[in-house]
Amino acid sequence: MGEKLLMKGNEALAEGAVRAGCRFFAGYPITPQNEVPEYMSWRLSEAGGTFIQAESEVAAINMLYGAAATGTRTMTSSSSPGISLKQEGVSYCAGADLPIFFANVVRGGPGLGNISGSQGDYFQSTRGGGHGDYRVFVMAPNSVEEMGNFPLKCYETAEKYRVPAMILADGILGQMMEPIEFKFEAIDPKQLKAPDWALGVNEGRPKRIVRSYDLREGALEHLTLSRAKRYKEIEDKEALCEEKMTEDADLILVAYGTASRVCQAALKMARESGLKVGLARPITLWPFPKKKLSELSARAKSLLVVEMSLGQMIEDVKLAVECRLSVHLHARCSGAVLTGEEVFQAVQGLLKKSKKGEALCSR
Amino acid sequence: MHQGVRISGFGGQGIISSGILLAYSGMLDGKHVSFFPSYGAEMRGGTANCSVVISSEDVTSPIVSEPDTVIVMNEPSLAKFEPLLKPGGLLIINSSLVNTKPKRTDIRTVCVPCNKIAEELGSAKIANMAALGAFAAQTQALSIEAIAKALPKVFKRAKPEILELNVKALKRGAEIN
Amino acid sequence: MQQVNKKPKSLTEARMHYCPGCGHGIAHRLVAECIDELGVQGRAVGVAPVGCSVFADDYFNCDMIQGPHGRGPAIATGIKRCRPQCVVFSYQGDGDLASIGMAETIHSAARSENITLVFINNSIYGMTGGQMAPTTLLGQKSTTSPKGRDAAVNGYPIRVCELLSQLEGARYLERTSVHSAAHVIKTKKALKKAFQCQLDNKGFSMVEVLSMCPTNLGITPKECVKFIAEKMLPQYPLGVYKDLDAKKG
Repeated sequence: MGEKLLMKGNEALAEGAVRAGCRFFAGYPITPQNEVPEYMSWRLSEAGGTFIQAESEVAAINMLYGAAATGTRTMTSSSSPGISLKQEGVSYCAGADLPIFFANVVRGGPGLGNISGSQGDYFQSTRGGGHGDYRVFVMAPNSVEEMGNFPLKCYETAEKYRVPAMILADGILGQMMEPIEFKFEAIDPKQLKAPDWALGVNEGRPKRIVRSYDLREGALEHLTLSRAKRYKEIEDKEALCEEKMTEDADLILVAYGTASRVCQAALKMARESGLKVGLARPITLWPFPKKKLSELSARAKSLLVVEMSLGQMIEDVKLAVECRLSVHLHARCSGAVLTGEEVFQAVQGLLKKSKKGEALCSR
Repeated sequence: MHQGVRISGFGGQGIISSGILLAYSGMLDGKHVSFFPSYGAEMRGGTANCSVVISSEDVTSPIVSEPDTVIVMNEPSLAKFEPLLKPGGLLIINSSLVNTKPKRTDIRTVCVPCNKIAEELGSAKIANMAALGAFAAQTQALSIEAIAKALPKVFKRAKPEILELNVKALKRGAEIN
Repeated sequence: MQQVNKKPKSLTEARMHYCPGCGHGIAHRLVAECIDELGVQGRAVGVAPVGCSVFADDYFNCDMIQGPHGRGPAIATGIKRCRPQCVVFSYQGDGDLASIGMAETIHSAARSENITLVFINNSIYGMTGGQMAPTTLLGQKSTTSPKGRDAAVNGYPIRVCELLSQLEGARYLERTSVHSAAHVIKTKKALKKAFQCQLDNKGFSMVEVLSMCPTNLGITPKECVKFIAEKMLPQYPLGVYKDLDAKKG
């Protein structure tokens, strides 16, 4: 704590996880997240934990399934194609109520795509990602500092509600370097209370079972509904959103992660030219900060969603504001570089149209 | 104060380490900074470039799409990055390796014979320092002292005499008008 | 009346769902007896697969986890690395271990994970209804090879013990069978050796158990015993394929 370090996003992510008590990491190489397993390979052995370079992403997530079942704080990371492979295990962890933590350093897709930063995995992350009815707690950092400080929040939330938690980053956040200060004391996992469901030495207590199936009639629905109650609680209590200059804004930009950084540049240009523009940045993508967006929609005249994807988050924004105002999209995709200048131009275009009294048509 | 910088050249010219050094110096100087490299397949072709932001305010986008300063260490980089410069921006050219003259007239150009300076000081590896020296002097975004202070933090395994040589190259670059 | 035999402590009171003539019940009992006799019930953790033995998590009386199809060795790896004091085993069928989970099997052996795999090879998929397995014999009929397995179309059956024996990381490998009383006794010995290998921290161990599946082979239990003796044994010779101790001795 205290000292300012210049770190790469991926390394901050790994260091943040270790400081938050992670003692088991399994992963498989894929650009642009390779620094995470590389860092973990030496850092975890230093911290008395386990690092495994798995034979595949599928094996890695299943190693986590086993490790997390012992009550250990675990982590895996990958990038888009690898995260697709991990969805099998994420679904099992969700079904077995195991609190795992993983990160997706997103690259351009679909398919092999490219290795540039992208936000194309929003749907996959916020809708569960694998098969079945489940959710994953999703945090979207927009700086190296947040890459390093969010893992703790992910572990705490995952354990409190017994859900998988993830960080949705991208190649830019993973590869960039910025000053970082870890805002919490490093956690010694030995000091954490062992959960009452963890597998291990079972002498003198009833056996425990970790599983995601229940074939008895009606039993699985019952189980899923009890989990849904926790999802509801997460939605009520855990949504996070950051606002900038929204008080008097006619137009509010809505963006997360790297796109929100780019929007800050556009925001600055807009304010310097006297345009009343603000920015809302969802920090948790699931739960989506619906209430906050709804509040803002009562004040602003229109919203401009800026994404490094074809228009994925805009669906959540539209649901949150329930058609009370027009919602527009500025999208770049598949790893293209989004610039402050282009967002500013989009803002100017929209505000010009609204001045002329033209109806702002959505998308 | 705000400086968005792009540095570009061949792999091996110390492009990435130059960028990290600038960011580190800025951080030690109490500024807001970011560094973003080209990575992965993009680097396999033997070229490297990076974005650095040094600012008195929060850094917005870490990718510098309209740089205030471009440092060009080899010939191909000139064609690629000259057009991106902001009007009135600064172009630092490694004149030891770049023979072409810049096309734009709305920018300021400073030619630094980086490799020549480095060779005169006795190490071809420190050509990038001459360019950084020129950057510091021309933009006043950083002092030579701040960069000198960051040097041992970034090059942790470098011997003191090598660091000394780097500082000399920084100063030679700073003397260029 | 004197009791001469009883259910091992490491099996629960749950009533097994296995078909008449199935070999899983025997294999379960042998694994449980080994756990009892080695005195490790209080630190045993088992991984149940996807397939007929999915409910093994209810049958074994120790901590259990049920995981995705084929991933048992990866799950066991995660548990063992975090709780090295535990005795960790993964119980798997042929589709699970040798088809969808082949990568996990080979790589856990290559890493010499200190875990024990119990591999039930009955030459056919059970839970899903008699489809062709990676261990289905040439000419053997299944619901996805109705005319019999044809090498030109379906390729050849896989001999897992032979395959793994090439890896330095595999420390104890044996193929046994449960089609006769004598073989059952031998299987128990093999399982005990495999668990002992783990207890001695020697690394990866696996016992491949040839087993009966009369339901999906569409024959009687008696015919199934004959099928193993006459058809499976020539393709899958019994014996020790790797024994670290034997090498030393």
